[in-house]
Amino acid sequence: MPGLSDLMLEGSRVQGHRPAPRAVVDPAVWNFTVGKIAEGHWTLLGLWGEAAAVHMALLDEDAGETAVVSLDCPDGRYPSVAQRHPPALRLERAARDLFGLTPRGLPDMRPWLDHGRWAESDPASQPYDFLPAEGEGLHQVAVGPVHAGIIEPGHFRFTVSGETVVRLEQRFGYAHKGVESLMAGAALTQAARLAGRVSGDSTVAYAFAFARAAEAALGVEPPERAQWLRALMAELERLANHFGDFGAVRNDAAFPLLHAHAAVLRERVLRAADACFGHRFMRDRIVPGGVASDMAAGSTDMLHGLVADLRQRFPKLVELYDKTASLQDRTVGTGIVKPPLARQYGAGGFVGRASGRPFDARRTVGYPPYDALRFDVPVLDRGDVDARVWIRIREAEQSMSLVEQILRGMPGGPIAADLPSRAGEGMALVEGFRGDVLAWIRIGGDGKVARCHLRDPSWFQWPLVEAAVEGNIVADFPLCNKSFNCSYSGHDL
Amino acid sequence: MVVIPDILVQGAQMALVLLLSPLLTGFVRKVKARLLRSRGASVFQPYRDLLRLMRKEVVLAENASWLFRVTPYMIFAATWVAAALVPTFATGLMFSWTADLIAIVALLGSARFFLALAGMDVGTSFGGIGSSREVMIASLAEPAMLLIIFTLALLAGATQLSTIAAFMASPEVGLRVSLGMALVALVMVAIAENARIPVDNPATHLELTMVHEAMVLEYSGRHLAMIEFSASLKLLLYVSLIACLFAPWNLAGSGAGPASYAVGAGAYIGKLAAAGVLLALFETATAKMRVFRVPQFLGAALMLGLLATLLLFVSRSL
Repeated sequence: MPGLSDLMLEGSRVQGHRPAPRAVVDPAVWNFTVGKIAEGHWTLLGLWGEAAAVHMALLDEDAGETAVVSLDCPDGRYPSVAQRHPPALRLERAARDLFGLTPRGLPDMRPWLDHGRWAESDPASQPYDFLPAEGEGLHQVAVGPVHAGIIEPGHFRFTVSGETVVRLEQRFGYAHKGVESLMAGAALTQAARLAGRVSGDSTVAYAFAFARAAEAALGVEPPERAQWLRALMAELERLANHFGDFGAVRNDAAFPLLHAHAAVLRERVLRAADACFGHRFMRDRIVPGGVASDMAAGSTDMLHGLVADLRQRFPKLVELYDKTASLQDRTVGTGIVKPPLARQYGAGGFVGRASGRPFDARRTVGYPPYDALRFDVPVLDRGDVDARVWIRIREAEQSMSLVEQILRGMPGGPIAADLPSRAGEGMALVEGFRGDVLAWIRIGGDGKVARCHLRDPSWFQWPLVEAAVEGNIVADFPLCNKSFNCSYSGHDL
Repeated sequence: MVVIPDILVQGAQMALVLLLSPLLTGFVRKVKARLLRSRGASVFQPYRDLLRLMRKEVVLAENASWLFRVTPYMIFAATWVAAALVPTFATGLMFSWTADLIAIVALLGSARFFLALAGMDVGTSFGGIGSSREVMIASLAEPAMLLIIFTLALLAGATQLSTIAAFMASPEVGLRVSLGMALVALVMVAIAENARIPVDNPATHLELTMVHEAMVLEYSGRHLAMIEFSASLKLLLYVSLIACLFAPWNLAGSGAGPASYAVGAGAYIGKLAAAGVLLALFETATAKMRVFRVPQFLGAALMLGLLATLLLFVSRSL
């Protein structure tokens, strides 16, 4: 079986791409690679384009290695990955909208992010053809993009037979804000701020991934204390979001009691983050080269107190969840994602780990300081709403332990390194609360960002929502969807 | 001449249900909020909401027919008349002689019929979903309700609520198994009919899970006010019904003095508060069930009603 390093030998290695190698390959090798991905030998981590090239990030799960293959396509056409490997479908459609790259043989040529309204001179947009579903007594239910609750915009087109969902088709792009074109030409500090705003609830994970990619491109190693502070922030963010989700899933089953109590826990974490780092969501705290500010005085004791408090309160909520039969009745067996599908899509985060995919970027790929910390990666294989909730519960427990370990092992020293101004390319994979955030960056000779691509874990999770809902009843969709809690903003870029 | 006092009592009760129903809704919400450790809106908030809605303009869908515009008033009228038939603090209602328990079910049924039609009138998919779910629930709740009525009618020898309530207050009732079953069944039907958790969630924002709310999504302004008011009235109606049937204490009899009316009114408010607290407690402790579990839930109510009726045929003392 060829490894990724063998693949790299097949093309011409690009110098200055760190830490993973990148090779420019010819169409034959590209197709060979696609075949290997389709066979499940490698996992597709991301696919993005630029003016005359298309890139594909790969992961060898057994070896924990990553690599990037690139294909030059001066005529703007390249052999489609999605025709053999469906998870690339939306990525290719998005790359086509953003860079005009045409995938040859792509089965679905409808635009994805582009709703035909980007140019002000454009006439009214063309109607979007939703996939047809045929059969007697089927009807369509259109939900969104404006919802009754305060959530992000996205359109869901259900084809239902009575109450049963026959097909769900998603339509996104409503939250498109042009992150990639704003990134191009931006100074590194500005770009880091942009990265932190791609998906608000994962601002730490994005800033972390961006900073690591930028540091890799520049060949800089941040000081040790900065790395530990980053991990502390990442775990606090994970805790806050897992608590929030834990309650929100309950609320969608009309059980606001747990929602209220979980919201209290989340609020405690956010307030602690505010006290330590000066921002509830710790936005703009992580910058390329290190962190923007150190912990406030007395933070260590306060965070120890926070974890002790959480350890006391959280198990009670978990027990309440476990013992409320009416809740279990809603979550067990609802919205199942089968393990082969999760593996094929390379679904990260709790979605993948609830469906038997033991991937965690902190462990599989690994980055400091997690190599010095002890933690478990919980995995279940039932793949239902309940499993996704349990993964969150277990991860929250792991995060509490990680926060304590980080506080105990926190090294001293400076919190930021100076950044040289030079060209380079870098890639980083960071585990956010939803899953692995991929950041790829090319820094030009002027020290500005030439091209930056940020791939949200939701790209590979949203399609699984479609699969999970099929055969369930319409009324269970909100519950399923909330158990995934995918990002709209991170996906729409 | 007892006609004039009877008219006065009837009028007082009609005004009372109208005045108290938003308060009950607000009270339940308040208790639920307190149980969730949040402060919650004032108990008088539903009155303000109704006022606000009355002042707002009505936004109508382009293809809304006359039915859509008329339905809110029809529902309100039907629900109010039905609520006026239930003894709150005194029996011997004027209207009791013209309409009995079965008429109450029929009034509520026709209100629902029009609401379901109105839900489909504008042609949105949510309205259709809501109407279809509502009718599914109703088709199971109404038979259960009728069986409960049979049980009570067999016992009291009448279908008139005033008579039944007077009978239930008398010492000859005794402790009966069938009455217990009827009570449980009635509570289940009341929960389903009022779109409460676990059958429906009155506070949800998730369109796809709604039942009652889905049907009224397209309503606004005074139309919505009428519908919200009817929903409050209906909740009060069911609470009053359960109270007058199974807790008929201190109900003032026909032609009683002002003192006993006052005692009756006080007791009634106490009963409402107790029911409100119980409802809030129950709703907080339960998650909503799957839509397809509702038939099982109401099927249980139906079976309980049936058993209660059958037991009475087996033995008059059960």
